[in-house]
Amino acid sequence: MCTWITEKVPMTGRARGVPEWITVTQANVSYDHPSCAPFDHAVLIDFVNPGDGVGARIAIELSATSALALVSALNQALATPEAVSDLHDQSIAAAPVGSRG
Amino acid sequence: MIVEMVGFSGHLGDVIEGYSARPVVPDPTPGMVVLHHAPGLDPWSKEVVRKFAYAGYATVAPHLYHRRGPGDWADVAAAARADGLATAMPNEQVSGDIAGTAAYLRAQPGANGRVGVIGFCSGGRQAFLAACDVPSLDAAVDCWGGSILPRQPDPAGWRPHGRGVIHRAPDMAMPLLGIFGNDDSNPDPGEVDEIERVLTELGKTFEFHRYDGAGHAFFCHDKPNYRQEQAVDGWSKVFAFLDAHLRKDDAHVHLDH
Repeated sequence: MCTWITEKVPMTGRARGVPEWITVTQANVSYDHPSCAPFDHAVLIDFVNPGDGVGARIAIELSATSALALVSALNQALATPEAVSDLHDQSIAAAPVGSRG
Repeated sequence: MIVEMVGFSGHLGDVIEGYSARPVVPDPTPGMVVLHHAPGLDPWSKEVVRKFAYAGYATVAPHLYHRRGPGDWADVAAAARADGLATAMPNEQVSGDIAGTAAYLRAQPGANGRVGVIGFCSGGRQAFLAACDVPSLDAAVDCWGGSILPRQPDPAGWRPHGRGVIHRAPDMAMPLLGIFGNDDSNPDPGEVDEIERVLTELGKTFEFHRYDGAGHAFFCHDKPNYRQEQAVDGWSKVFAFLDAHLRKDDAHVHLDH
């Protein structure tokens, strides 16, 4: 089902992408000096695929307040019935075979 | 000036890359090693290299995260950060890369034989280390280098215990200039007091300049921490110090800083 539900939250930060889709296998999250965002420290999120070299990276730098707003928006999105259902299915799929109910 | 990327031997003979800018002048030129801050060999760090070249110094910034590449500087720095390398590169490797950069500069035509080092943020700590561990250098400048003193782990476990480099201070073999903002938290004013105390007790040659109304990275004009008045004064202190120690026997040639 298409949910057509979008959480929109104001953000203060910077982002840097790549021209084509990349496979993401890891997220690196830190609170450190940003490269571009106008803060001394910021929440730095790198979606990466280390197997494809350092350039396989989507970078986001957010103010601490913006990062909290993002966390809230993620939780809101994950509270939709479709997400709750998918989370349930994925947790069953990830469980050891003998423990599946 | 001539600006280019160069390659030279660093620690254990590893070929590393560096950003080079050198003035085109007939006079003998001192050399400068610029150590980039933790975010990497970014455009501001490269501007600093060109600033020194404009002031008459043949200058190279070794890319200290080079081994984590190849790639765009920001991606390489992000990978280094993810690996914890930004603050945890082996001291031996850093010193070896700095010594290699200094040797490269000394080998260039027109070099006057003297080479200094300046570092910012994590590079400030590395400049302090170099003052103790790379005796081929002639002067060192530490700009707000953090973690020179041992750091205790914080309660949340985010910051690991760090040994610092202050224990190497007895080996410091060259004059040191320190530039600090009094609103900084690493190093905070109490830590700068302690570094001053240790260097004084050891009888080392050093001068520290500490600025009110400035925090970390207050030279960085592309960051919100930039403080114009303090930065202008700080740069004047840097060049006065370096001119005194790296050009002292040269016929003085006035160049804008």
